[in-house]
Amino acid sequence: MAKVIITLGNDISTDDIYPGRYMATVLPTETPQFAFADRTDFNAQLKARTFLPGSVIVGGENFGCGSSREQACSTLKGYDLAVVARSISRIFLQNSINLGLQVVICPGIEASEGDELEIMEDQVLNRTTGLAFAQVKLPAARKGIMDAGGLIPYTRARLMARG
Amino acid sequence: MGMTVVEKILARASGLAAVAAGEVVEPQVDLAMSHENAALVINQFQEVFEGTGLAAKVWDPSRIAIIFDHRVPAESPKTATNQKKIRGFVADNGITKFHDIRGDVGGICHQILPEYGYVRPGFVVVGTDSHTTSHGALGAFSFGVGATEMASAWSLGIAMNIEVPATIKVVVQGEFPPFVGPKDLILNLIGTLTAQGANFKVLEFHGETIRKMSTSGRIAICNMSVEAGATSGIVPGDAETVRYLREEAGVTDAITCVTPDADATYVRTVEIDVSGLAPQIACPHMVDNVKPIEQVVGTKVQQIVIGSCTNGRLDDLADAAAILRGKKVAEGTRMLVFPASSKIFAQALDKGYILDFMKAGAVVMNSGCGPCLGVHEGALGDNEVALSTTNRNFKGRMGNPKSEVYLCSPVVAAASAITGVITDPRKGA
Repeated sequence: MAKVIITLGNDISTDDIYPGRYMATVLPTETPQFAFADRTDFNAQLKARTFLPGSVIVGGENFGCGSSREQACSTLKGYDLAVVARSISRIFLQNSINLGLQVVICPGIEASEGDELEIMEDQVLNRTTGLAFAQVKLPAARKGIMDAGGLIPYTRARLMARG
Repeated sequence: MGMTVVEKILARASGLAAVAAGEVVEPQVDLAMSHENAALVINQFQEVFEGTGLAAKVWDPSRIAIIFDHRVPAESPKTATNQKKIRGFVADNGITKFHDIRGDVGGICHQILPEYGYVRPGFVVVGTDSHTTSHGALGAFSFGVGATEMASAWSLGIAMNIEVPATIKVVVQGEFPPFVGPKDLILNLIGTLTAQGANFKVLEFHGETIRKMSTSGRIAICNMSVEAGATSGIVPGDAETVRYLREEAGVTDAITCVTPDADATYVRTVEIDVSGLAPQIACPHMVDNVKPIEQVVGTKVQQIVIGSCTNGRLDDLADAAAILRGKKVAEGTRMLVFPASSKIFAQALDKGYILDFMKAGAVVMNSGCGPCLGVHEGALGDNEVALSTTNRNFKGRMGNPKSEVYLCSPVVAAASAITGVITDPRKGA
Protein backbone atom coordinates (compact mmCIF):
# COMPACT_ATOMS: atom_id res chain seq x y z
CA MET A 1 0.00 0.00 0.00
CA ALA A 2 1.24 3.44 -0.88
CA LYS A 3 -0.24 6.81 -0.09
CA VAL A 4 -0.75 9.44 -2.77
CA ILE A 5 1.11 12.49 -1.45
CA ILE A 6 0.39 14.88 -4.32
CA THR A 7 -1.54 14.87 -7.58
CA LEU A 8 -0.14 16.91 -10.44
CA GLY A 9 -1.52 17.92 -13.81
CA ASN A 10 -0.26 17.35 -17.35
CA ASP A 11 3.18 18.27 -18.71
CA ILE A 12 5.05 18.38 -15.40
CA SER A 13 8.49 19.44 -16.62
CA THR A 14 11.89 18.58 -15.24
CA ASP A 15 12.25 22.33 -14.54
CA ASP A 16 9.33 21.87 -12.12
CA ILE A 17 10.70 18.65 -10.59
CA TYR A 18 14.27 19.95 -10.32
CA PRO A 19 14.77 23.62 -11.28
CA GLY A 20 17.68 24.37 -13.58
CA ARG A 21 19.41 26.64 -11.13
CA TYR A 22 20.29 23.62 -8.96
CA MET A 23 21.83 21.60 -11.79
CA ALA A 24 25.38 22.15 -10.55
CA THR A 25 24.37 19.83 -7.71
CA VAL A 26 24.75 16.32 -9.09
CA LEU A 27 25.28 13.86 -6.23
CA PRO A 28 22.21 11.67 -5.56
CA THR A 29 22.84 12.25 -1.86
CA GLU A 30 22.49 16.01 -2.36
CA THR A 31 19.81 16.40 -5.05
CA PRO A 32 16.74 15.45 -2.90
CA GLN A 33 16.78 18.79 -1.04
CA PHE A 34 15.81 20.56 -4.29
CA ALA A 35 12.90 18.30 -5.31
CA PHE A 36 10.05 20.52 -6.54
CA ALA A 37 11.98 23.46 -5.05
CA ASP A 38 9.57 26.05 -6.48
CA ARG A 39 6.61 24.30 -4.83
CA THR A 40 7.86 25.49 -1.48
CA ASP A 41 5.27 23.78 0.75
CA PHE A 42 5.69 20.38 -0.92
CA ASN A 43 9.47 20.75 -0.90
CA ALA A 44 9.37 21.50 2.84
CA GLN A 45 7.20 18.44 3.51
CA LEU A 46 9.61 16.25 1.55
CA LYS A 47 12.62 17.58 3.40
CA ALA A 48 10.87 17.08 6.75
CA ARG A 49 10.42 13.41 5.74
CA THR A 50 6.70 13.60 6.46
CA PHE A 51 6.07 10.88 3.83
CA LEU A 52 6.76 7.19 4.10
CA PRO A 53 9.11 5.58 1.58
CA GLY A 54 7.10 4.19 -1.33
CA SER A 55 4.67 7.11 -1.30
CA VAL A 56 3.29 8.06 -4.69
CA ILE A 57 3.26 11.14 -6.88
CA VAL A 58 0.34 10.94 -9.31
CA GLY A 59 0.93 12.76 -12.59
CA GLY A 60 -1.09 13.43 -15.71
CA GLU A 61 0.08 13.22 -19.32
CA ASN A 62 3.71 13.71 -20.37
CA PHE A 63 5.23 13.57 -16.89
CA GLY A 64 8.90 14.62 -16.82
CA CYS A 65 8.94 16.45 -20.13
CA GLY A 66 11.80 18.75 -21.04
CA SER A 67 15.42 18.50 -20.03
CA SER A 68 17.44 15.27 -19.85
CA ARG A 69 18.72 16.19 -16.37
CA GLU A 70 18.99 13.00 -14.36
CA GLN A 71 18.70 14.96 -11.14
CA ALA A 72 14.93 15.00 -11.76
CA CYS A 73 14.98 11.25 -11.08
CA SER A 74 17.63 11.05 -8.38
CA THR A 75 15.86 13.80 -6.43
CA LEU A 76 12.70 11.63 -6.18
CA LYS A 77 14.63 8.38 -5.76
CA GLY A 78 16.28 9.98 -2.73
CA TYR A 79 12.92 9.89 -0.94
CA ASP A 80 12.05 6.43 -2.32
CA LEU A 81 9.00 7.89 -4.03
CA ALA A 82 7.15 6.28 -6.91
CA VAL A 83 5.54 8.01 -9.88
CA VAL A 84 2.23 6.88 -11.35
CA ALA A 85 1.33 8.95 -14.42
CA ARG A 86 -1.00 8.79 -17.41
CA SER A 87 2.02 9.01 -19.71
CA ILE A 88 5.72 9.70 -19.21
CA SER A 89 8.19 11.58 -21.39
CA ARG A 90 10.82 9.34 -23.01
CA ILE A 91 14.02 10.60 -21.40
CA PHE A 92 12.50 10.81 -17.92
CA LEU A 93 11.18 7.27 -18.27
CA GLN A 94 14.55 6.00 -19.46
CA ASN A 95 16.41 7.82 -16.66
CA SER A 96 14.00 6.43 -14.07
CA ILE A 97 14.57 2.86 -15.19
CA ASN A 98 18.32 3.42 -15.36
CA LEU A 99 18.38 4.70 -11.77
CA GLY A 100 15.78 2.33 -10.37
CA LEU A 101 13.11 4.95 -9.63
CA GLN A 102 9.73 3.20 -9.70
CA VAL A 103 7.59 4.62 -12.50
CA VAL A 104 4.21 3.30 -13.60
CA ILE A 105 2.35 4.31 -16.76
CA CYS A 106 -1.34 4.15 -16.03
CA PRO A 107 -3.37 5.98 -18.71
CA GLY A 108 -6.65 6.02 -16.79
CA ILE A 109 -5.37 6.67 -13.29
CA GLU A 110 -7.72 8.57 -11.05
CA ALA A 111 -6.60 9.32 -7.54
CA SER A 112 -6.72 12.10 -4.98
CA GLU A 113 -4.22 13.19 -2.39
CA GLY A 114 -4.42 10.82 0.56
CA ASP A 115 -5.75 7.85 -1.42
CA GLU A 116 -4.09 4.50 -0.84
CA LEU A 117 -2.83 2.80 -3.99
CA GLU A 118 -1.69 -0.73 -4.52
CA ILE A 119 0.72 -1.04 -7.42
CA MET A 120 0.28 -4.55 -8.79
CA GLU A 121 1.85 -6.49 -11.65
CA ASP A 122 -0.36 -5.16 -14.44
CA GLN A 123 -2.71 -2.70 -12.78
CA VAL A 124 -2.96 -0.06 -10.10
CA LEU A 125 -5.70 -0.50 -7.54
CA ASN A 126 -7.02 2.57 -5.77
CA ARG A 127 -7.97 1.04 -2.42
CA THR A 128 -9.72 4.22 -1.34
CA THR A 129 -12.11 4.40 -4.29
CA GLY A 130 -12.09 0.69 -5.12
CA LEU A 131 -11.28 1.40 -8.78
CA ALA A 132 -8.58 -0.46 -10.71
CA PHE A 133 -6.59 0.98 -13.62
CA ALA A 134 -4.59 -0.93 -16.23
CA GLN A 135 -0.86 -0.30 -16.58
CA VAL A 136 1.01 0.09 -19.84
CA LYS A 137 4.00 -2.22 -19.79
CA LEU A 138 7.36 -0.47 -19.64
CA PRO A 139 9.47 -0.89 -22.80
CA ALA A 140 10.50 -4.56 -23.07
CA ALA A 141 13.93 -3.37 -24.16
CA ARG A 142 14.54 -2.12 -20.66
CA LYS A 143 13.59 -5.29 -18.80
CA GLY A 144 17.17 -6.51 -18.53
CA ILE A 145 18.18 -3.20 -16.99
CA MET A 146 15.34 -3.30 -14.47
CA ASP A 147 16.13 -6.91 -13.57
CA ALA A 148 19.77 -6.00 -13.02
CA GLY A 149 18.74 -3.23 -10.61
CA GLY A 150 19.68 -0.36 -12.89
CA LEU A 151 21.94 0.57 -15.75
CA ILE A 152 25.17 0.75 -13.74
CA PRO A 153 25.14 -2.90 -12.61
CA TYR A 154 23.84 -3.90 -16.05
CA THR A 155 26.69 -2.13 -17.82
CA ARG A 156 29.20 -3.48 -15.31
CA ALA A 157 28.07 -7.05 -16.04
CA ARG A 158 28.36 -6.44 -19.77
CA LEU A 159 31.80 -4.96 -19.32
CA MET A 160 32.95 -7.98 -17.33
CA ALA A 161 31.47 -10.36 -19.90
CA ARG A 162 33.41 -8.56 -22.60
CA GLY A 163 36.61 -8.84 -20.52
CA MET B 1 10.00 -3.67 -46.63
CA GLY B 2 11.47 -0.19 -46.93
CA MET B 3 13.16 1.69 -44.11
CA THR B 4 13.02 5.23 -42.78
CA VAL B 5 16.26 7.18 -42.38
CA VAL B 6 16.55 6.33 -38.69
CA GLU B 7 15.84 2.64 -39.35
CA LYS B 8 18.63 2.61 -41.95
CA ILE B 9 21.04 4.35 -39.60
CA LEU B 10 20.23 1.98 -36.73
CA ALA B 11 20.53 -1.08 -39.00
CA ARG B 12 23.99 -0.01 -40.15
CA ALA B 13 25.16 0.92 -36.65
CA SER B 14 23.85 -2.37 -35.24
CA GLY B 15 25.39 -4.54 -37.96
CA LEU B 16 22.01 -5.67 -39.26
CA ALA B 17 20.64 -5.79 -42.80
CA ALA B 18 17.33 -4.28 -41.73
CA VAL B 19 15.46 -3.14 -38.64
CA ALA B 20 11.87 -2.04 -38.11
CA ALA B 21 10.17 0.16 -35.52
CA GLY B 22 9.78 -1.61 -32.20
CA GLU B 23 12.82 -3.88 -32.52
CA VAL B 24 15.50 -3.66 -29.86
CA VAL B 25 19.00 -2.88 -31.06
CA GLU B 26 22.36 -1.89 -29.61
CA PRO B 27 23.89 0.54 -32.09
CA GLN B 28 27.52 1.61 -32.04
CA VAL B 29 27.78 5.23 -30.98
CA ASP B 30 29.59 7.50 -33.45
CA LEU B 31 29.64 10.55 -31.19
CA ALA B 32 28.87 11.02 -27.48
CA MET B 33 28.39 14.61 -26.37
CA SER B 34 28.17 16.16 -22.91
CA HIS B 35 28.43 19.62 -21.38
CA GLU B 36 28.99 20.50 -17.72
CA ASN B 37 26.81 17.55 -16.72
CA ALA B 38 29.83 15.44 -17.65
CA ALA B 39 30.61 15.96 -13.95
CA LEU B 40 27.76 13.55 -13.16
CA VAL B 41 28.61 11.27 -16.09
CA ILE B 42 32.15 10.91 -14.69
CA ASN B 43 30.76 9.81 -11.29
CA GLN B 44 28.48 7.21 -12.90
CA PHE B 45 31.25 6.07 -15.26
CA GLN B 46 33.63 5.48 -12.37
CA GLU B 47 30.93 3.59 -10.50
CA VAL B 48 30.49 1.25 -13.48
CA PHE B 49 34.14 0.17 -13.14
CA GLU B 50 34.03 -0.21 -9.34
CA GLY B 51 35.04 -3.69 -8.28
CA THR B 52 35.73 -4.87 -11.83
CA GLY B 53 39.50 -4.67 -11.58
CA LEU B 54 39.41 -2.90 -14.94
CA ALA B 55 40.88 0.55 -15.48
CA ALA B 56 38.19 3.21 -15.93
CA LYS B 57 39.05 4.34 -19.46
CA VAL B 58 36.56 5.55 -22.05
CA TRP B 59 35.95 3.28 -25.03
CA ASP B 60 37.16 5.76 -27.65
CA PRO B 61 38.33 9.27 -26.63
CA SER B 62 38.07 10.50 -30.24
CA ARG B 63 34.31 9.91 -30.22
CA ILE B 64 33.57 11.88 -27.08
CA ALA B 65 32.83 15.61 -27.21
CA ILE B 66 32.62 17.81 -24.12
CA ILE B 67 31.62 21.45 -24.50
CA PHE B 68 31.20 23.90 -21.62
CA ASP B 69 28.16 26.05 -22.28
CA HIS B 70 25.53 25.90 -19.55
CA ARG B 71 27.26 28.09 -16.99
CA VAL B 72 30.10 29.96 -18.70
CA PRO B 73 32.05 31.58 -17.19
CA ALA B 74 31.21 29.73 -13.97
CA GLU B 75 28.57 31.43 -11.81
CA SER B 76 29.59 29.65 -8.60
CA PRO B 77 32.48 27.84 -6.93
CA LYS B 78 30.49 24.61 -7.31
CA THR B 79 30.26 24.95 -11.09
CA ALA B 80 33.89 26.03 -11.36
CA THR B 81 34.92 22.95 -9.39
CA ASN B 82 32.78 20.69 -11.62
CA GLN B 83 34.43 22.25 -14.69
CA LYS B 84 37.86 21.74 -13.15
CA LYS B 85 37.09 18.07 -12.47
CA ILE B 86 35.96 17.61 -16.10
CA ARG B 87 39.16 19.20 -17.43
CA GLY B 88 41.15 16.67 -15.43
CA PHE B 89 39.10 13.78 -16.83
CA VAL B 90 39.48 15.12 -20.37
CA ALA B 91 43.27 15.25 -19.97
CA ASP B 92 43.50 11.82 -18.33
CA ASN B 93 41.46 10.17 -21.08
CA GLY B 94 42.90 12.06 -24.06
CA ILE B 95 39.54 13.49 -25.13
CA THR B 96 40.28 15.84 -28.03
CA LYS B 97 36.83 17.23 -28.91
CA PHE B 98 36.88 19.42 -25.82
CA HIS B 99 35.75 23.05 -25.96
CA ASP B 100 36.60 24.98 -22.82
CA ILE B 101 35.46 28.51 -21.91
CA ARG B 102 37.18 30.37 -24.71
CA GLY B 103 36.55 33.32 -27.00
CA ASP B 104 37.92 31.50 -30.04
CA VAL B 105 36.55 27.93 -30.05
CA GLY B 106 33.91 28.11 -27.33
CA GLY B 107 30.14 28.08 -27.71
CA ILE B 108 26.94 26.12 -27.22
CA CYS B 109 27.35 22.37 -27.70
CA HIS B 110 24.61 22.18 -30.34
CA GLN B 111 26.39 24.82 -32.41
CA ILE B 112 29.94 23.53 -31.86
CA LEU B 113 29.14 20.00 -33.06
CA PRO B 114 27.98 21.08 -36.54
CA GLU B 115 30.46 23.96 -36.75
CA TYR B 116 33.50 21.71 -36.29
CA GLY B 117 32.17 18.93 -38.50
CA TYR B 118 31.87 16.50 -35.58
CA VAL B 119 28.49 15.23 -36.83
CA ARG B 120 28.03 13.52 -40.19
CA PRO B 121 25.00 12.15 -42.01
CA GLY B 122 24.27 8.61 -40.87
CA PHE B 123 25.89 9.00 -37.45
CA VAL B 124 24.37 7.76 -34.23
CA VAL B 125 24.82 10.65 -31.79
CA VAL B 126 23.92 10.59 -28.09
CA GLY B 127 24.08 13.66 -25.88
CA THR B 128 23.33 14.37 -22.24
CA ASP B 129 21.09 17.21 -23.30
CA SER B 130 17.53 16.96 -24.55
CA HIS B 131 18.24 19.34 -27.45
CA THR B 132 20.70 16.82 -28.90
CA THR B 133 17.87 16.36 -31.41
CA SER B 134 19.49 19.38 -33.14
CA HIS B 135 22.01 17.24 -34.99
CA GLY B 136 19.32 15.51 -37.00
CA ALA B 137 19.71 18.66 -39.11
CA LEU B 138 22.80 16.99 -40.60
CA GLY B 139 21.07 13.69 -41.30
CA ALA B 140 22.23 11.96 -38.11
CA PHE B 141 20.11 10.01 -35.62
CA SER B 142 20.79 12.16 -32.60
CA PHE B 143 18.99 11.90 -29.28
CA GLY B 144 19.17 12.98 -25.66
CA VAL B 145 20.08 10.60 -22.84
CA GLY B 146 20.66 10.86 -19.11
CA ALA B 147 24.04 10.86 -17.42
CA THR B 148 23.96 7.17 -16.50
CA GLU B 149 23.11 6.16 -20.06
CA MET B 150 26.06 8.27 -21.20
CA ALA B 151 28.32 6.55 -18.66
CA SER B 152 27.24 3.27 -20.22
CA ALA B 153 28.07 4.58 -23.71
CA TRP B 154 31.49 5.84 -22.52
CA SER B 155 32.16 2.36 -21.13
CA LEU B 156 31.01 0.17 -24.02
CA GLY B 157 30.62 2.45 -27.04
CA ILE B 158 27.05 1.38 -27.63
CA ALA B 159 23.64 2.81 -26.91
CA MET B 160 22.15 0.14 -24.68
CA ASN B 161 18.87 -1.55 -25.53
CA ILE B 162 17.41 1.03 -27.88
CA GLU B 163 13.91 0.44 -29.18
CA VAL B 164 13.80 1.48 -32.85
CA PRO B 165 11.42 4.46 -32.83
CA ALA B 166 8.49 4.81 -35.18
CA THR B 167 8.69 7.79 -37.54
CA ILE B 168 6.27 10.61 -38.31
CA LYS B 169 6.80 12.08 -41.78
CA VAL B 170 6.50 15.86 -41.91
CA VAL B 171 6.14 17.28 -45.42
CA VAL B 172 6.58 21.04 -45.68
CA GLN B 173 5.65 22.94 -48.83
CA GLY B 174 5.39 26.59 -49.83
CA GLU B 175 7.54 29.66 -49.52
CA PHE B 176 7.83 31.49 -46.21
CA PRO B 177 6.15 34.93 -46.28
CA PRO B 178 8.36 37.89 -45.26
CA PHE B 179 9.27 37.86 -41.53
CA VAL B 180 8.22 34.20 -41.18
CA GLY B 181 10.74 31.35 -41.04
CA PRO B 182 11.86 28.01 -39.59
CA LYS B 183 11.14 28.99 -35.95
CA ASP B 184 7.53 29.76 -36.84
CA LEU B 185 7.27 26.46 -38.70
CA ILE B 186 8.47 24.38 -35.75
CA LEU B 187 6.37 26.29 -33.20
CA ASN B 188 3.33 25.74 -35.41
CA LEU B 189 4.13 22.03 -35.71
CA ILE B 190 4.55 21.66 -31.93
CA GLY B 191 1.19 23.37 -31.46
CA THR B 192 -0.36 20.86 -33.87
CA LEU B 193 1.33 17.75 -32.47
CA THR B 194 1.19 18.84 -28.78
CA ALA B 195 4.05 18.51 -26.28
CA GLN B 196 3.80 14.73 -26.25
CA GLY B 197 2.50 14.12 -29.77
CA ALA B 198 5.83 12.70 -30.92
CA ASN B 199 6.91 11.03 -27.64
CA PHE B 200 9.07 7.96 -28.50
CA LYS B 201 8.89 8.89 -32.20
CA VAL B 202 11.11 10.53 -34.81
CA LEU B 203 10.10 13.52 -36.90
CA GLU B 204 11.51 13.07 -40.42
CA PHE B 205 11.33 16.31 -42.40
CA HIS B 206 10.65 16.45 -46.14
CA GLY B 207 9.31 18.79 -48.80
CA GLU B 208 10.45 21.66 -50.95
CA THR B 209 10.60 24.13 -48.06
CA ILE B 210 13.00 21.89 -46.17
CA ARG B 211 15.16 21.22 -49.26
CA LYS B 212 15.59 24.99 -49.73
CA MET B 213 16.19 25.65 -46.03
CA SER B 214 19.70 26.46 -44.77
CA THR B 215 21.39 24.16 -42.26
CA SER B 216 20.88 26.90 -39.66
CA GLY B 217 17.09 26.72 -40.14
CA ARG B 218 17.20 22.93 -40.10
CA ILE B 219 19.06 23.00 -36.78
CA ALA B 220 16.29 25.22 -35.34
CA ILE B 221 13.53 22.80 -36.36
CA CYS B 222 15.37 19.65 -35.28
CA ASN B 223 16.42 21.37 -32.04
CA MET B 224 12.81 21.98 -31.04
CA SER B 225 11.50 18.58 -32.21
CA VAL B 226 12.01 17.42 -28.64
CA GLU B 227 9.39 19.95 -27.54
CA ALA B 228 6.84 17.72 -29.25
CA GLY B 229 8.39 14.86 -27.30
CA ALA B 230 10.33 13.49 -30.29
CA THR B 231 13.30 11.19 -29.73
CA SER B 232 14.88 13.04 -32.64
CA GLY B 233 14.12 15.28 -35.57
CA ILE B 234 15.93 14.46 -38.78
CA VAL B 235 16.41 16.04 -42.19
CA PRO B 236 17.76 13.40 -44.59
CA GLY B 237 21.20 14.51 -45.77
CA ASP B 238 21.23 16.29 -49.14
CA ALA B 239 23.21 18.80 -51.22
CA GLU B 240 22.82 21.49 -48.53
CA THR B 241 24.17 19.12 -45.86
CA VAL B 242 27.26 18.42 -47.97
CA ARG B 243 27.66 22.12 -48.79
CA TYR B 244 27.49 23.07 -45.10
CA LEU B 245 29.96 20.41 -44.01
CA ARG B 246 32.43 21.22 -46.82
CA GLU B 247 32.17 25.02 -46.91
CA GLU B 248 31.33 25.95 -43.33
CA ALA B 249 32.68 23.06 -41.24
CA GLY B 250 35.73 22.40 -43.43
CA VAL B 251 35.12 18.67 -43.73
CA THR B 252 37.33 17.10 -46.41
CA ASP B 253 36.74 13.34 -46.03
CA ALA B 254 33.93 11.32 -47.58
CA ILE B 255 30.33 12.24 -46.72
CA THR B 256 27.60 9.65 -47.31
CA CYS B 257 24.01 10.84 -47.04
CA VAL B 258 21.32 8.41 -45.91
CA THR B 259 17.87 8.75 -47.46
CA PRO B 260 14.67 6.85 -46.70
CA ASP B 261 13.28 4.15 -48.99
CA ALA B 262 10.28 5.15 -51.08
CA ASP B 263 8.21 2.43 -49.39
CA ALA B 264 9.32 3.21 -45.84
CA THR B 265 6.66 2.86 -43.15
CA TYR B 266 5.50 5.96 -41.27
CA VAL B 267 3.02 6.01 -38.39
CA ARG B 268 1.64 9.31 -39.51
CA THR B 269 2.17 11.98 -42.16
CA VAL B 270 1.73 15.67 -41.38
CA GLU B 271 1.56 18.15 -44.24
CA ILE B 272 2.20 21.84 -43.73
CA ASP B 273 1.99 24.71 -46.24
CA VAL B 274 3.97 27.66 -44.88
CA SER B 275 2.91 30.16 -47.54
CA GLY B 276 0.09 31.47 -45.35
CA LEU B 277 1.86 31.10 -41.99
CA ALA B 278 1.89 34.03 -39.53
CA PRO B 279 4.67 34.57 -36.96
CA GLN B 280 4.01 32.09 -34.15
CA ILE B 281 4.30 32.63 -30.40
CA ALA B 282 4.49 29.92 -27.72
CA CYS B 283 2.69 31.37 -24.72
CA PRO B 284 3.26 30.64 -21.01
CA HIS B 285 3.79 28.08 -19.62
CA MET B 286 3.93 25.37 -22.31
CA VAL B 287 5.76 25.17 -25.60
CA ASP B 288 2.66 23.72 -27.28
CA ASN B 289 0.52 26.69 -26.21
CA VAL B 290 1.17 28.22 -29.63
CA LYS B 291 -0.79 31.15 -31.08
CA PRO B 292 -0.47 33.27 -34.20
CA ILE B 293 1.08 36.60 -33.21
CA GLU B 294 -2.16 38.54 -33.78
CA GLN B 295 -3.59 37.02 -30.58
CA VAL B 296 -0.83 38.34 -28.29
CA VAL B 297 0.25 41.59 -29.96
CA GLY B 298 0.59 44.39 -27.40
CA THR B 299 1.68 42.18 -24.47
CA LYS B 300 4.20 44.18 -22.43
CA VAL B 301 7.67 42.62 -22.11
CA GLN B 302 10.49 43.54 -19.75
CA GLN B 303 13.18 41.31 -21.23
CA ILE B 304 13.99 40.35 -24.82
CA VAL B 305 16.41 37.48 -25.36
CA ILE B 306 18.00 36.64 -28.71
CA GLY B 307 20.31 33.66 -28.83
CA SER B 308 20.57 30.00 -27.76
CA CYS B 309 21.09 26.72 -29.61
CA THR B 310 17.74 27.38 -31.28
CA ASN B 311 18.25 30.88 -32.68
CA GLY B 312 21.71 32.28 -31.98
CA ARG B 313 23.28 31.73 -35.39
CA LEU B 314 24.58 34.32 -37.83
CA ASP B 315 21.41 34.48 -39.95
CA ASP B 316 19.34 34.95 -36.79
CA LEU B 317 21.58 37.81 -35.65
CA ALA B 318 21.55 39.33 -39.16
CA ASP B 319 17.74 39.33 -39.28
CA ALA B 320 17.48 40.90 -35.83
CA ALA B 321 20.21 43.49 -36.49
CA ALA B 322 18.51 44.58 -39.71
CA ILE B 323 15.41 45.48 -37.73
CA LEU B 324 17.25 47.16 -34.83
CA ARG B 325 19.78 49.13 -36.89
CA GLY B 326 19.43 52.81 -36.07
CA LYS B 327 16.61 52.12 -33.59
CA LYS B 328 16.52 51.99 -29.79
CA VAL B 329 15.38 49.33 -27.37
CA ALA B 330 12.29 50.71 -25.60
CA GLU B 331 12.59 52.28 -22.15
CA GLY B 332 11.55 49.77 -19.51
CA THR B 333 12.69 46.86 -21.68
CA ARG B 334 16.12 45.27 -21.57
CA MET B 335 17.53 43.19 -24.41
CA LEU B 336 20.11 40.43 -24.13
CA VAL B 337 21.90 38.93 -27.13
CA PHE B 338 24.08 35.86 -26.88
CA PRO B 339 25.57 34.38 -30.04
CA ALA B 340 25.57 30.57 -30.24
CA SER B 341 29.34 30.31 -30.59
CA SER B 342 32.49 32.39 -30.38
CA LYS B 343 32.94 31.93 -34.13
CA ILE B 344 29.48 33.36 -34.78
CA PHE B 345 30.23 36.19 -32.34
CA ALA B 346 33.35 37.07 -34.35
CA GLN B 347 31.47 36.88 -37.65
CA ALA B 348 28.73 39.13 -36.23
CA LEU B 349 31.44 41.58 -35.16
CA ASP B 350 32.89 41.62 -38.68
CA LYS B 351 29.46 42.19 -40.20
CA GLY B 352 28.69 45.03 -37.78
CA TYR B 353 25.70 43.32 -36.16
CA ILE B 354 27.19 43.48 -32.66
CA LEU B 355 27.58 47.26 -32.93
CA ASP B 356 24.02 47.52 -34.25
CA PHE B 357 22.81 45.73 -31.12
CA MET B 358 24.95 47.79 -28.76
CA LYS B 359 23.96 51.11 -30.29
CA ALA B 360 20.33 50.09 -29.96
CA GLY B 361 20.91 49.48 -26.25
CA ALA B 362 21.11 45.68 -26.20
CA VAL B 363 23.59 43.90 -23.94
CA VAL B 364 25.68 41.43 -25.92
CA MET B 365 26.84 38.53 -23.80
CA ASN B 366 29.42 35.82 -24.31
CA SER B 367 28.41 32.65 -26.15
CA GLY B 368 26.71 30.05 -24.04
CA CYS B 369 23.30 28.95 -22.84
CA GLY B 370 22.93 32.30 -21.06
CA PRO B 371 19.51 33.05 -19.56
CA CYS B 372 17.69 30.22 -21.40
CA LEU B 373 17.51 27.80 -18.48
CA GLY B 374 17.71 30.16 -15.55
CA VAL B 375 20.93 28.86 -14.05
CA HIS B 376 23.31 31.62 -14.72
CA GLU B 377 22.36 35.15 -15.71
CA GLY B 378 19.50 37.24 -17.03
CA ALA B 379 16.97 36.11 -14.41
CA LEU B 380 13.51 37.67 -14.40
CA GLY B 381 11.90 39.59 -11.55
CA ASP B 382 8.55 38.69 -10.02
CA ASN B 383 5.69 39.16 -12.50
CA GLU B 384 8.08 40.09 -15.31
CA VAL B 385 7.58 38.87 -18.86
CA ALA B 386 10.27 37.75 -21.28
CA LEU B 387 10.03 37.33 -25.04
CA SER B 388 12.75 34.98 -26.15
CA THR B 389 14.08 33.12 -29.16
CA THR B 390 15.00 30.17 -26.92
CA ASN B 391 13.21 26.83 -26.80
CA ARG B 392 11.34 26.44 -23.50
CA ASN B 393 8.87 28.48 -21.51
CA PHE B 394 8.05 26.15 -18.62
CA LYS B 395 7.11 27.89 -15.41
CA GLY B 396 10.33 29.01 -13.74
CA ARG B 397 12.42 28.29 -16.82
CA MET B 398 14.29 31.59 -16.65
CA GLY B 399 14.89 31.17 -12.94
CA ASN B 400 11.72 32.65 -11.46
CA PRO B 401 8.44 30.73 -11.13
CA LYS B 402 6.63 34.07 -10.75
CA SER B 403 7.60 35.18 -14.26
CA GLU B 404 6.38 34.39 -17.77
CA VAL B 405 8.26 33.47 -20.95
CA TYR B 406 6.94 33.77 -24.51
CA LEU B 407 8.89 32.13 -27.35
CA CYS B 408 9.29 33.59 -30.83
CA SER B 409 11.57 34.08 -33.83
CA PRO B 410 14.48 36.54 -33.92
CA VAL B 411 12.58 39.06 -36.07
CA VAL B 412 9.63 39.12 -33.69
CA ALA B 413 12.03 39.56 -30.74
CA ALA B 414 13.83 42.45 -32.47
CA ALA B 415 10.65 44.25 -33.53
CA SER B 416 9.25 43.88 -30.01
CA ALA B 417 12.44 45.22 -28.41
CA ILE B 418 11.84 48.58 -30.10
CA THR B 419 8.27 48.91 -28.88
CA GLY B 420 8.47 47.10 -25.53
CA VAL B 421 5.39 45.07 -26.40
CA ILE B 422 4.93 41.96 -28.55
CA THR B 423 4.99 43.40 -32.05
CA ASP B 424 4.20 41.94 -35.45
CA PRO B 425 7.30 42.55 -37.60
CA ARG B 426 5.16 42.43 -40.74
CA LYS B 427 3.56 45.73 -39.68
CA GLY B 428 6.89 47.57 -39.69
CA ALA B 429 8.36 48.31 -36.29
